[in-house]
Amino acid sequence: MNMRIYIPMDSAALSVGADQIAEAVSREAASANLAIEIVRTGSRGLFYLETLVEIERDGVRHGFGPVTPADVSRLFANGFPGKCHDPLYLGPVEEIDFLKRQTRLTFARCGIIDPLSMDDYEKHGGNIGLRQALKQAPEMVVDAIAQSGLRGRGGAGFPTGVKWRTVLNAIADKKYVVCNADEGDSGTFADRLILEGDPFMLIEGMAIAGIATGARHGVIYIRSEYPHGIKIFSLAVEYARAAGMLGPSIFGSGIPFDIDVCVGAGAYICGEETAMLESIEGKRGVVRAKPPLPALKGLFGKPTAINNVLSLAAVPWIMANGPKAYADFGMGRSRGTKPIQLAGNVKRGGLIEVAFGISLRTIIEDFGGGTFSGRPLRAVQVGGPLGAYFPEHLLDTPMDYEALLAAGGMLGHGGIVVFDDRVDLARQARFALAFCAMESCGKCTPCRIGSTRGVEIMDRVIDARRTGQDSSADLTLIEDLCLVLTDASLCALGGLTPLPVRSAIQHFATDFTRTPALSYAAE
Amino acid sequence: MNWPKWDAEKAIEIINSLKSRPGAALPVLHGLNDYFGYVDTTIIPTIADALNLSRAEIHGVLSFYHDFKITPPTGLVVKLCRAEACQAMGSEDLVAHLAAAHGMVPDQIDHVPGTVAVQSIYCLGNCALGPSALVDGVPVGRLSKSRLDALISHKDQA
Ligand SMILES: Cc1cc2nc3c(=O)[nH]c(=O)nc-3n(C[C@H](O)[C@H](O)[C@H](O)COP(=O)(O)O)c2cc1C
Ligand code: SF4
Ligand code: FES
Repeated sequence: MNMRIYIPMDSAALSVGADQIAEAVSREAASANLAIEIVRTGSRGLFYLETLVEIERDGVRHGFGPVTPADVSRLFANGFPGKCHDPLYLGPVEEIDFLKRQTRLTFARCGIIDPLSMDDYEKHGGNIGLRQALKQAPEMVVDAIAQSGLRGRGGAGFPTGVKWRTVLNAIADKKYVVCNADEGDSGTFADRLILEGDPFMLIEGMAIAGIATGARHGVIYIRSEYPHGIKIFSLAVEYARAAGMLGPSIFGSGIPFDIDVCVGAGAYICGEETAMLESIEGKRGVVRAKPPLPALKGLFGKPTAINNVLSLAAVPWIMANGPKAYADFGMGRSRGTKPIQLAGNVKRGGLIEVAFGISLRTIIEDFGGGTFSGRPLRAVQVGGPLGAYFPEHLLDTPMDYEALLAAGGMLGHGGIVVFDDRVDLARQARFALAFCAMESCGKCTPCRIGSTRGVEIMDRVIDARRTGQDSSADLTLIEDLCLVLTDASLCALGGLTPLPVRSAIQHFATDFTRTPALSYAAE
Repeated sequence: MNWPKWDAEKAIEIINSLKSRPGAALPVLHGLNDYFGYVDTTIIPTIADALNLSRAEIHGVLSFYHDFKITPPTGLVVKLCRAEACQAMGSEDLVAHLAAAHGMVPDQIDHVPGTVAVQSIYCLGNCALGPSALVDGVPVGRLSKSRLDALISHKDQA
């Protein structure tokens, strides 16, 4: 058998030369007359080791990383892909601390299999959950998801079982399952890793959602910023049809389900579920007032179950292993595992799937190894652009929905962005308001116009630091604006923009009166 | 990348191939934008007719979404991520460098033909390898000033 070499084709790996590495590996192998087979995989989510190249020996995957195209000829000179003594050799991949400390349920296959091989997928436990669901009444599938305690992973944390039951009980000629793959939050990439690394799992989750709710039509809305995700997922849908996993009769069960791929167009607000429905219908992404709930009147006015990629991706595991096994992970009302994404200025960034309840400090220090720059950590933004900035002394906050809320933040999609001591929190607060102004759907006045006023006020505050003027009146205006945004916004874009703004002012007050001595340009 | 010149016949062909999709406005505009690099506004009435919508509705959709451009692109398109995780790795310093060293301001609509177009983008899902960019659709991580300079001076080979 040919020696197998695994090289990711995930866009994170591509961004640091994975394609060039694959070319160099085949070239070197050809000139050494080695019979090899290159398998392109997704990413393990260990971004700091990308490009992570793996070989299989006696059933164990051994890793090399981070490999650059320039390393390849040396690797071969040192014995690769056979026994190889090279500084980039990492040992068995599963033993890498960053990975070993995780509980990978949703990400069990990601980076291991060829994402477009149905054979590989099924050999690694794929489709067991779907076949299980096909044998059950819809109510039983809904019950299982409810018992697992699964809550929406898109941000709001709404119980998935409750949502599905509403759709199941709604009477209509047509129902939809919509997968939210708009993943707009900075610092998040878990949805993308699934789209590119284990798309059949998401298809399986959507099909199970269809069985559970009685929906025969699936739509996935993928943001245009993910061109590789769109490509791989669309191919996976075609292959799933060819394999009978999608189509007029899932695996011959008589139950139909199919999926359409819809591509976003660079609007953050289209991650909000009702704006997304408008966008799928071909309109401007303007938020709809609720009620009616999308579960009753959603896409084209029909009952619609809208779920985040990770919520749907958790479903096959729950169906295959039972709801109790899933609920055994986690703490309090946050059950199961949470894929956390560690990003920004951090030494070891990537995907960290762990049970709920792990502290920010453990993630940043133990997994992350501190800042990438080696400079002191100063701020951490949790939960995307609408999430709070935390100072160092709040890092012992556990990562669960309720604990973060109590600390004045939110978990959101689970993104953690680390900043070193060069960050200027007044500029970050300004950015939060500018982002709100830029992405506002325009329906509410405070969000549409107030945010722009907020940017102007922040400009004055930033300017006043230099001239030494007193900006307490302007900071009062910002606080007033935050109150109005909180009270008079239809959705969380306007409603939560005060979170990063206020937390920055509260925890980093000096940045609003004095220009920080450091800046990024200094390096 | 060399974008094809606007061609109404080709545009109509694209519109016709996509107009029967449910919620066709976005797919149609994407189709045109992907092919020509922009959507020439003279085609709005044709799209409106094909989709049985008003011109105002098509215009509304076209102007709502950041992706759709209404002026022709020229040369290389660098989509530079300017969201928080990339800010934490100095993306705004890259923006300042582009302005100082190359006179390039992101999102300028009237850049000179043959030059590089820099567009701001907010997160590419590569946030642990920032600063990130998409250069003519190819992802680039750990972007540095020197890498950016090289991309700009070698724009033909990129
Ligand atoms: C401004 C805004 C942006 C959002 N962006 C996303 C997103 O990118 N992905 C996502 O899954 N949910 C996003 N949401 C949450 C969705 O509205 C919705 O709650 C979610 O898709 C429901 O799925 P879940 O229950 O599986 O989490 C966003 C909400 C708001 C207000
Ligand atoms: S808060 Fe902003 S984005 Fe949300 S509905 Fe109102 S205007 Fe639209
Ligand atoms: S913030 Fe730049 S890639 Fe995500």
